[in-house]
Amino acid sequence: MPKSGSIIEVYDPELQNSEPLDTEFQQHDSIARLQHFFNLGRRDFFKVLGGGLLVCVAARHAVTQESGRFTHHEHELPTTLDSWLHIDENGQVTAFTGKVEVGQNIRTSLAQQVAEELHAPFSSVRMIMGDTTLTPYDMGTFGSRTTPQMGTQLRKVAVSARMVLIQMAAERWSVEPSALTAQNAEVRDAKTGRTISYGELVHGQNLTKVIPDDPDFTPATEWKIAGTSPLKVDGRHFVTGVHQYPSDIALPGLQHGKIVRPSAFHAKLVSCDTSQAEKMPGVIIVRDGDFIGVVAPDVTTAQRAAKSIRAQWDAPPQISDRELFDHLRKTASTEKDDDDEQYATGSVEQARSKAAKAIQQTYTVAYIAHTPLEPRAAVAEWKDGKLTVWTGTQRPFAVRDDLAQTFHLSQDDVHVMMPDMGSAYGGKHTGEAAVEAARLAKAAGKPVKLIWSREEEFTWAYFRPAGVIDVKSGATADGKLVFWEHDNYNSGPSAMRTFYEVPNQRIAFHSTDEPLRQGSYRSLAAAANHFARESHMDELAHEVNIEPLEFRMKNLKNERLRAVFQAAADKFGWGKQKPASGHGFGTAGGFEKGGYVATCAEVAVSGSSVKVVRVVQAFDCGAVVNPEGLKNQIAGAIVQGLGGALFEAIHFENGHILNPHLAEYRVPRFSDVPQIEVVLVDRKDQASMGAGETPLVGIAPAVANAIFNASGVRLRSMPLVPDGLPDKT
Amino acid sequence: MRGCGRADAMAFTLLVNGTEHSVNVQAEKPLLFVLRDDLGLTGTKYGCGEGQCGACTVLLGNTPLRSCLTPVSAAAGKRITTIEGLASGEKLHPVQQAFLETEAFQCGYCTSGMILSATALLERKPAPTEQEIIDYMDGNVCRCGTYLRIVEAVHRAAELRRSGRNA
Repeated sequence: MPKSGSIIEVYDPELQNSEPLDTEFQQHDSIARLQHFFNLGRRDFFKVLGGGLLVCVAARHAVTQESGRFTHHEHELPTTLDSWLHIDENGQVTAFTGKVEVGQNIRTSLAQQVAEELHAPFSSVRMIMGDTTLTPYDMGTFGSRTTPQMGTQLRKVAVSARMVLIQMAAERWSVEPSALTAQNAEVRDAKTGRTISYGELVHGQNLTKVIPDDPDFTPATEWKIAGTSPLKVDGRHFVTGVHQYPSDIALPGLQHGKIVRPSAFHAKLVSCDTSQAEKMPGVIIVRDGDFIGVVAPDVTTAQRAAKSIRAQWDAPPQISDRELFDHLRKTASTEKDDDDEQYATGSVEQARSKAAKAIQQTYTVAYIAHTPLEPRAAVAEWKDGKLTVWTGTQRPFAVRDDLAQTFHLSQDDVHVMMPDMGSAYGGKHTGEAAVEAARLAKAAGKPVKLIWSREEEFTWAYFRPAGVIDVKSGATADGKLVFWEHDNYNSGPSAMRTFYEVPNQRIAFHSTDEPLRQGSYRSLAAAANHFARESHMDELAHEVNIEPLEFRMKNLKNERLRAVFQAAADKFGWGKQKPASGHGFGTAGGFEKGGYVATCAEVAVSGSSVKVVRVVQAFDCGAVVNPEGLKNQIAGAIVQGLGGALFEAIHFENGHILNPHLAEYRVPRFSDVPQIEVVLVDRKDQASMGAGETPLVGIAPAVANAIFNASGVRLRSMPLVPDGLPDKT
Repeated sequence: MRGCGRADAMAFTLLVNGTEHSVNVQAEKPLLFVLRDDLGLTGTKYGCGEGQCGACTVLLGNTPLRSCLTPVSAAAGKRITTIEGLASGEKLHPVQQAFLETEAFQCGYCTSGMILSATALLERKPAPTEQEIIDYMDGNVCRCGTYLRIVEAVHRAAELRRSGRNA
């Protein structure tokens, strides 16, 4: 029986769905159609969670896609109530978000923020995440938006809920709400000393209120729960093997799927002989156009069956990595790209003659693979025409929409759940495994699990875009930047604009043919653009004979960026000591997505061997919500960034990936990791921003600059040393 | 008997975490999938299927084993320990406790394999140096890049083991 409860409605015109869209996100991701939104009825919530207080917000779900672009209908009336927070009669708090946990520790950091503003113990808050039936619509977990946007949203909801609870107590005691305070999940009357717990307050209540959306947030300087580092909420489940990842989900009667992949990219099926597989007991073969899949009672039989299928494919000739960078230049769009991908100020043409020193260089970045340790995986089950899918994705609602469209279902007939997964790094914006598993399950009439093999993940997922970046610059004899030109071919426009003071600039992104399937990657093109810019700054500093950090500071006004450069330099001992013989120092920094980063690196060069021995990185993302979690993210971003900086590259030829295994595609291991020192610049006066991405952008140029410092060899292609340091000649 | 009725399936007896299990599976079936699909022990992970990432690590006796490359036939009758078998009831194994305390994970997908590799290392070297940890664990990939904390966790586990013995 549904128990009674309270519904609090808040109309919030600045809900997360009005979040600005990243141009690269639009560029690289095909977004499913969004038209109708359904929520579980309020009563169902109480059925699931028990009675109590349910805090809802009226949402504008008016996001449509037109000509590949989103348009926000500003004036559409709210049509749904999103449920964000529930407090039950025992004081158990449940917060709901469509964001997903992939290792960035937001299940903990969001719960901290809820507890902080609700004035309830951290241990009383649990998060329900990434479930298309239970959580409010969310576009996806990307762009370092969870902390600034979802954190703010949940804090608003928690403040509102606390105000409601105080109001409820005030009514019960017939006193003014201003006479009451709330702490530790209790409302207290200071005058009489009486208290009442949140659980007791919501017991048997049933009321609906509209709360003005004007919360007074607790300043970061007064945080008690946010700003600390509680252990990961369900950490014990991870060290005992209890946590169920998407690939671990099991259902009664579960079958196992395997897809027969094309011989090469863009290949068309010519013929297919499935006769051997058909003879295997329990095997179901699914053919639908060029899609060939098998379903079997166990993985070994599924693999055997898929292997036995003889398929003939016809693939068109395709370019190879040897021709990649020429190809990108040659196929650059001649149409003017969007304004947000172009920037100019002053006159570069007129400024050229004023520069005492002018240089131009080209930088390149290879295609690289995200390589999440858990490959794409899904379990799909059909029941009474409805589809339930557990899958690893950063965008469960987009996967729901993709499934609804693919199988001609309404959105409320598709339920997507995202158990905390084995990470993604921008690589799981899509739902391929979900669609494939659902297709197989539909044919089999039984639930089907599909886990992509590592080779499939390396081949049929998408890659971080390769790119070519031309930089031309000039400076006066005393080291003031005069002009700066930056042309990015294909890698992307993120963080393309320079943060240095330059009176004359021309900066442009050029879309090109995309030889491989490409998409988002942790920090997007900020890594490539920072690599080019910060390597080039070093080159120009060398030309004008000014110490690299001094040269940067001379041209940098942004106080927060200056502060992280200084903080990293101080910790590193920059300028205080000379590198040992064969060693070199390099620095680089930047700004993206509200985060400011500066990196100092020390490398040791011996013959062709290059070893990064020490990294100091300062990072400022505003008020820090969870210092230890943040340090974990920063160190992880440095390590992941080292892979792309030093040796990661996808090799391809004529529609084939040549290194689709971990034995051939080198990722950072224990022995590659330098000493890492993280300096957190905790700006309690600034809004908390995301930190999953920006800490990755400084490492590659810092290492390239350190290699130059050590050896005199300037490397301008990422990865820098896949085969060791090249000869100076 | 689990997994009955499959083509060319054979009966195997597995001794996993101190319990005997009878399974009826193909002899070539990797131990990894027998553990995960036939015994429901999903703490052991598929990462690469080629013995390169260590996510599928289990212990055969005290020796770390890549279960993705091990046919079930080769593991039958031998003492296998998975992540589910390390703790004693509610009491975590020192290596688990150390990983938890130092928060030596991010997404946690590599954690089972890391913990079992570290357990095997500490059996061999109760007080490993940093370099010994790096050398021994280099076959285990943490794509989130939590390596430094994992090294710290192994040191901490060594301490916990010592204090446990002394207690």
